[in-house]
Amino acid sequence: MSLSDALSWLEARPFAVAIAESDWLFPAIEVVHVVAITLVVGSIAMLDLRLLGVSRRGQGVTELADNTLPWTWTCFCLALVSGFLMFSSAAVRYFGNTPFRMKMLLLLAAGINMAVFHITAYRGVARWEHQLPPPIAARIAGGLSLLLWIGVVFFGRWIGFVDRY
Amino acid sequence: MLNMVDVSQWLASTSISVVIADQGWIIPMVQSVHILAIAIVMSSIGMLNLRLAGLIGCEQSVRQAAAQFFPWIWWALPVLLLTGIVMILGEPERELLNSYFRYKMLMLVAVLLLTLPLRRLLEDQPFRDLPVAKRETVRAIALVSLLLWLSIVFCGRWIAYA
Repeated sequence: MSLSDALSWLEARPFAVAIAESDWLFPAIEVVHVVAITLVVGSIAMLDLRLLGVSRRGQGVTELADNTLPWTWTCFCLALVSGFLMFSSAAVRYFGNTPFRMKMLLLLAAGINMAVFHITAYRGVARWEHQLPPPIAARIAGGLSLLLWIGVVFFGRWIGFVDRY
Repeated sequence: MLNMVDVSQWLASTSISVVIADQGWIIPMVQSVHILAIAIVMSSIGMLNLRLAGLIGCEQSVRQAAAQFFPWIWWALPVLLLTGIVMILGEPERELLNSYFRYKMLMLVAVLLLTLPLRRLLEDQPFRDLPVAKRETVRAIALVSLLLWLSIVFCGRWIAYA
């Protein structure tokens, strides 16, 4: 089965068709998606700014992470599910949409950045979590994460403005 | 009483409105900045609420949490206002003639009137020194403000569909 076959199959699913044909279902799902994204980006930004040593400098990194990450992950799952539902309603069109592709690329990059950071510098966080300025690896991870997630928001917004019909 | 139809038509005829509408990138760009500012407000309010409820960050006092979060909310508000104004200038009818935009503005006034006095109260004295009734009132107000902000975001997005 080719990719375009798979996408066509997806958007033909009853749930996807229901979303595409309903007046209010897509907007309602989109609102959930937007609220979830604001909480994901906002909570990640708090941690990133701490990793950069720009704000909450008096607070240890692990304590802030413990407070924010559960919410980040919960809202990310919400954003993922709502995003998938919207994507399904017009899978072929969205897949070909350039801002959508860029958004997915940036999400992947943000995930890789986070994974690399966790496997490397974050392992020894107990040693440097109160150090100011934070070590260079933390600052790079935080700065990169912030830029990538801002990019996700911009490209996400652009999806609706490109190839409207 | 202002006739919104006349106001929006007049706004749409101004040169700044024409420029914003013609340059296709301005509105999406400004909307994205608006969304980022919302992210700052929503997560700050969310974290402050969680702290007030005693669910997170109890290593720092409510006073310290308020001192940390309020400035972010404070700075995000003018950003929201400015980006909002640009959006209205670019597409006056879309906002000014839309019921959801009006609900949004009403709730915004309500939430600001409710929350701004809280800042003083939370930063001036230790939260635990307040009488129980007052602490419960603060917690209730904080929760209501979170619900109002969620509704504001909802209405903001629904403008496009109403």
